[in-house]
Amino acid sequence: MKPVEIHTPLDQQTIKNLESGTMVALSGTIYTARDRAHQEFQKLLEAGKPLPFDPSGQVLYYAGPSPTPRGKVIGAVGPTTSYRMDPFTGLMLEAGIRGFIGKGKRSQQVREQLVQWGGVYFATFGGAAAFLHTRVVSSRLIAFPHLGPEAVYMLEVADFPIIVVNDIYNGDLYESAISG
Amino acid sequence: MADSRIINTTLIRDAIVQLIHEASFQLHPETRTTFIQMRDTEESGIARQTLDTLILNDDIAKAEQVPLCQDCGSVVVFLEIGQQVIIEGEQLNDAIHDAVAHAYEKYYLRKSIVADPLQRVNTGTNTPSFIHIDMVQGDKLGITVYLKGGGSENMSSLHMFRPTASEDEIIDYIVQTVRDAGPNPCPPLFLGVGIGGTADVAMLNAKKAVLRKPGSFHPVDYYRKLEEKILHAVNDTGVGPLGFGGRNTAAAVYIKEAATHIATLPVALNLNCHSLRYRGTIL
Repeated sequence: MKPVEIHTPLDQQTIKNLESGTMVALSGTIYTARDRAHQEFQKLLEAGKPLPFDPSGQVLYYAGPSPTPRGKVIGAVGPTTSYRMDPFTGLMLEAGIRGFIGKGKRSQQVREQLVQWGGVYFATFGGAAAFLHTRVVSSRLIAFPHLGPEAVYMLEVADFPIIVVNDIYNGDLYESAISG
Repeated sequence: MADSRIINTTLIRDAIVQLIHEASFQLHPETRTTFIQMRDTEESGIARQTLDTLILNDDIAKAEQVPLCQDCGSVVVFLEIGQQVIIEGEQLNDAIHDAVAHAYEKYYLRKSIVADPLQRVNTGTNTPSFIHIDMVQGDKLGITVYLKGGGSENMSSLHMFRPTASEDEIIDYIVQTVRDAGPNPCPPLFLGVGIGGTADVAMLNAKKAVLRKPGSFHPVDYYRKLEEKILHAVNDTGVGPLGFGGRNTAAAVYIKEAATHIATLPVALNLNCHSLRYRGTIL
């Protein structure tokens, strides 16, 4: 199955065409953020301050890369488990984020929020972090350097392989898998 | 009395650095073979593609010296120390922590350990490691280094059954746990099952269980058959590789049993991800 090619930032038409189970090749800019970065985002937004980047239509990647070896663009960079970011997802959607990449199931509340705001949750290949590093063209630390691997990196990716798990039509790939 | 044998901690340190390197950048050949066999039994395109991606990941990790997973794990160290061994040099725990800190810096591995569970400041060295020591006969020192990711560790489970519980009740609990965990622990799993002991012993045995020689069978026929039954039941869930659906939810089930109290029947589960990362050596 040939993947659907999309670019960031995501527009409404692109999101409407994405259905649970669709294979996607993503290109453009994405931002890493995991547990601690989400806490920092929340603090900024609650204080009425902007995020460290323009979130409109952007995509967050739940990931904390391994250190970049000399001469490389980035280290291993696979997804972390997404449910830990569930409590923050409504806030991120409200701020303008429209795509999330991780691995694993989301809460019922997140699924409803995705429908409400018109956002998409994608999975990529958990534990295939060496492979995924080959799809990253450049990386730059843009916020919270004191968080080490939990800092926010701006990544430029090319044909980054992702799969739609939760679409705006309340579809869920993982549920379909176990319901046969 | 048998002769004693002196082992300096510098040898232990060097061995651990080497074992961390081997475990981080390459699958066991047997694990890779298992991936290929699983791919050949999958019918759905997405399941086959997932397993092909994991095989490719192993190639790239080895060739480019990028870790298999960005979560380079907690370092769990199992030592089997012969009673005739005398350890000289540094304090043993310090030597092990030094080895871990050195390896994680040298090989660009992610440091994922915070010093305190509530205040959560990263130690920046991936230490402390978690050390378990067993005393055994002889003059050798066995070291196994096991790297455990946080995502799969979070799916761990313990249930204290009534001692009269049936085998089917235990299998149902295991199936339900794997099904509920779904994609989160990165299946196909290497499922460690600790049965018996006290609660803590069962949890530890669930970890030790997956360190059995890859592809080997349980030495006791009864448990070998139970492992097969569990594997079959877990694979009937349809969770499949990375939860995208398919026949292979677990690659293997490994049981480690222990004596227990007349009132108890603990069952502990270690849902190890597809990339079972450990290496061992004997000094």
